[in-house]
Amino acid sequence: MSPLRKKRLYTLLLLLSGVGLATFLLLQAFSENMMFYFSTSEVQQGKAPQGRDFRLGGLVVNGTVQRDPTSLKVRFDLTDGAANVTVEYNGILPDLFREGQGIIANGRLNAEGIFMAHEVLAKHDENYMPPEVADSLKQAAKNVPQPQQATP
Amino acid sequence: MTEKRTMHPLLKWFYRLGAPAWFYPFAGKLLPWLGGLFLLLLVPGLYLGLWHAPADYQQGDSFRIMYVHVPAAWLSMFVYFAMAVSAVIALVWRVRMAEIMIISSAPIGAGFALIALVSGALWGKPMWGAWWVWDARLTSELILLFIYLGIIALYNAIDERRSAGRAMSLLTLVGVVNLPIIHYSVVWWNTLHQGATVSKFDTPSIHIDMLIPLLLMAAAFKVFYGWAMLLKMRAHLLEQDLHCGWVKERIFNAQKMPRKNSTGRVANQGHKHE
Repeated sequence: MSPLRKKRLYTLLLLLSGVGLATFLLLQAFSENMMFYFSTSEVQQGKAPQGRDFRLGGLVVNGTVQRDPTSLKVRFDLTDGAANVTVEYNGILPDLFREGQGIIANGRLNAEGIFMAHEVLAKHDENYMPPEVADSLKQAAKNVPQPQQATP
Repeated sequence: MTEKRTMHPLLKWFYRLGAPAWFYPFAGKLLPWLGGLFLLLLVPGLYLGLWHAPADYQQGDSFRIMYVHVPAAWLSMFVYFAMAVSAVIALVWRVRMAEIMIISSAPIGAGFALIALVSGALWGKPMWGAWWVWDARLTSELILLFIYLGIIALYNAIDERRSAGRAMSLLTLVGVVNLPIIHYSVVWWNTLHQGATVSKFDTPSIHIDMLIPLLLMAAAFKVFYGWAMLLKMRAHLLEQDLHCGWVKERIFNAQKMPRKNSTGRVANQGHKHE
């Protein structure tokens, strides 16, 4: 490579590393805001904002979903394995909502520590399989109570 | 520098690619093969994906949108990576063909980024419950689309083609920092978008009958990119070199020949530049 081209290449490498470093610092500074949701443990520890909306993520605890027979109101517990938070929601739930499913709810805590959600999103995991495979997996894991991955 | 007398075959190939008079007919010969290969991959990919693959245990048939969404998202990043490599060649060696490759690729990449975003939104509404959320994966993919549009706009904002090409190459290279952010966004931050399925090597998290059509579609999309890019590069070359000798020669030859079809196919024959 000729000296001129070598110089150009080094200039480009310098440019790239500079831009990369700047982006890295920027993302570090914004890392709190890049998080899409708070976990239930963080809410229990009081890390979640009070008096304004935030998003709460967790797995729906088995057997805690209570539906109001006369309206769309629904109540369930979310967990991350360490702490539980009760969520109340009035509206249509997404297709993937079920017990054991990862959920992200948007809303705020009320005075009793219940999370009043105005939006519930289902988080899909990265596993794709036909129903028969899912059934046989479930059979194999019947004695193990943990049905899904630890994080939503 | 001194070994220019006996050129390495690879280097010779590289220099030839940079010569429009050689590249134009070469790309023309490649085009039908790429088009055929695209269809050869697309048809079984679509059939296996949309009919043969089993429905998902949670999403049912809705998961089939991934046979468009995932290959489109992969391609939108692949195209950008190819453009960034080309940008280094364009800036270090000042190869005009590399600049033409970038500006020919940008609209294709932008198109597939848009397809990925739109198909993702169509899937997100029933599955997540939202068309759009501002999580790290979706936002960084949207930024990729904007970078593509910025590259196209910058190139067209400057009149002189070579300066336009240089500015565009520089912007392309700067934008490459977004690629690792898109890929690792689901790892670094908690997002609504699910994590990687295929590039995860420890456990197979997708059934083999679902995986094969996905890989076929991904390959088909890559070949389509090659086909569309060569088509666009030929058009850019003709437009820019309208007054150059090699284009005039082609037009002259095409007029002399009996016109069998309207494409330049006839002119390609009996036209040897070696």
